[in-house]
Amino acid sequence: MAVNYREAKGSNVSRTASEIPEEKVPRSYISQRAEGIPPSGIRKFFDLLLTMDDVISLGVGEPDFNTPWNIAVAGIDSIEKGITSYTSNKGLQELRDLVSSYLSQHYNTDYDPDDEIIITTGVSEGLDLAVRAVVDPGDEVLVADPCYVSYAPCVMLAGGIPVALPCPAEDEFRVTPDALLEKVTKKTKLLMINYPNNPSGGVMGRDDLKAISDIIVDHDLLLLSDEIYSELTYEGRHVSPASIETLREKTITLNGFSKAYSMTGWRVGYLCAPSEIAGAALKIHQYAMLSSPTMAQYAAIEALRGAEDAKDRMVAEFRMRRNLFVAGLNRIGLPCHLPKGAFYAFPSIEGTGLTDEEFAERLLIEQQVAVVPGRAFGSSGIGHVRCAYAASRMDLEEAIRRIGIFIDSI
Amino acid sequence: MDEKDREILRVLESDSRVGAEDLGTMLSLSPSEVQARIGTLEKAGVLRKYTAIIDWKKAGEDGVVALVELKVSPEREFGYDRIADRIARFPEVKSLRLVTGTYDFQVIVTGRTMQEIAEFVSGQIASLENIKETVTHIVMKTYKEHGCELQRSEGLERLPYSF
Ligand SMILES: Cc1ncc(COP(=O)(O)O)c(C=O)c1O
Repeated sequence: MAVNYREAKGSNVSRTASEIPEEKVPRSYISQRAEGIPPSGIRKFFDLLLTMDDVISLGVGEPDFNTPWNIAVAGIDSIEKGITSYTSNKGLQELRDLVSSYLSQHYNTDYDPDDEIIITTGVSEGLDLAVRAVVDPGDEVLVADPCYVSYAPCVMLAGGIPVALPCPAEDEFRVTPDALLEKVTKKTKLLMINYPNNPSGGVMGRDDLKAISDIIVDHDLLLLSDEIYSELTYEGRHVSPASIETLREKTITLNGFSKAYSMTGWRVGYLCAPSEIAGAALKIHQYAMLSSPTMAQYAAIEALRGAEDAKDRMVAEFRMRRNLFVAGLNRIGLPCHLPKGAFYAFPSIEGTGLTDEEFAERLLIEQQVAVVPGRAFGSSGIGHVRCAYAASRMDLEEAIRRIGIFIDSI
Repeated sequence: MDEKDREILRVLESDSRVGAEDLGTMLSLSPSEVQARIGTLEKAGVLRKYTAIIDWKKAGEDGVVALVELKVSPEREFGYDRIADRIARFPEVKSLRLVTGTYDFQVIVTGRTMQEIAEFVSGQIASLENIKETVTHIVMKTYKEHGCELQRSEGLERLPYSF
């Protein structure tokens, strides 16, 4: 099919000197969409931290383990063998097959590797693809708040209107039917959720998901479920919305290798959706990305084939650190619920009388511990700070000691 | 011996300094229960020793480590065990294993100098009854010891902030 380019509107007639305006207003080259994205709220912390020594950073969003070596070797092998060309747009067949059976074995979902799975350049790309595939300008998108920082910008870049859906600490950071009903309008197209949740560590179980499934169906919404932390579930088992029958056709499932296999820099993940939606996402992916990095796809195959033990060891270590760190926070007087997933503790700092931003800034300056103010993740995060316990136990204990000194000094 | 015991052992194997209090928190057990379990594991000879991994080169000690291969004739009544016991009792012997393949025992021996090692192997080991042959390999560089990579600093470079 031929692509129709719109004719440029400019005139071909050359202008005379007198027609050229004398004073040129400097033209803004930046699109309004890009202009509309607010700057990162954390920049000043970043700059501050770079001037300091001996900082313990609990501000990271990635594991502190190296990629399991057999996975890395699979990537290296593909390079050594000269397998460095593009893959099919959808991603390697073998990887899609493995993803399909992995998801069905672990989360009881049923995705056809041929037309319902796309290998993406991380969940980051999956989010962008999913949103662009289904959101029209003016559509409202409910974003479960607090959430990962890219959700609202992704929606805005697609011309959609992000609407925060409050999931406060009282609700254990879950989406409740009442909160959902309050925010749904005729214009609502999509609901974006992420459980286990960054930044709160909250999870939604089967009953929680069932409780909102009728509303999703009745209002004909789509559900975007970012399950990047699914393997890091410490209480019970992770539940994929797509395993719930009424939600299957309504759900876009995103997952990836970054967190469970310590593969953040490899840039590989996947999008699963009913074929119509996956097909639309694939059109965008083929033009915007072409394919996910080939060596990363080979590494991902090894991750699904032979890294179960390594993954289990990392998960066990995270669970122990969580217990240790959260007990430490509660001991020094920062009330913190026990997060059920991911690798973040999200204590309330309201008792200190400081705002989350003041707390994070002063803690960094006075005790050299970096945490992220909760408001960076949306208004339901206000009054909390995110502490990643993806750090060595020694660093975590030292961080607790320093935070304790800081709190006593306020 | 249950899964909790094994979890305790795994933690202690990676860091033997973790105390009962922390172990309890990490594994959702009370400190006294951890203490009791550790006591049982020690008595049963499961938990043998709490130790440290040291890079002696960095500590300025220029000691020598040798890997010694021994071929022996097993004894009619005792097999390899009595010979092994004799070898194991020397403090210079850091580890001793019976292995499959072209030789029988693999022995790790330490000493202050090459000379000391040579004297120990020829004087104390090779002269034992039933030792048929020894081959001594002097260690030139240790890359990994007890799961710890000595030539590489641990940890990885990460951005201090990421979401
Ligand atoms: C909730 C959430 N989604 C997506 C991502 C990005 O994941 P990926 O590395 O797969 O792009 C992150 C990373 O921090 C995250 O926390």
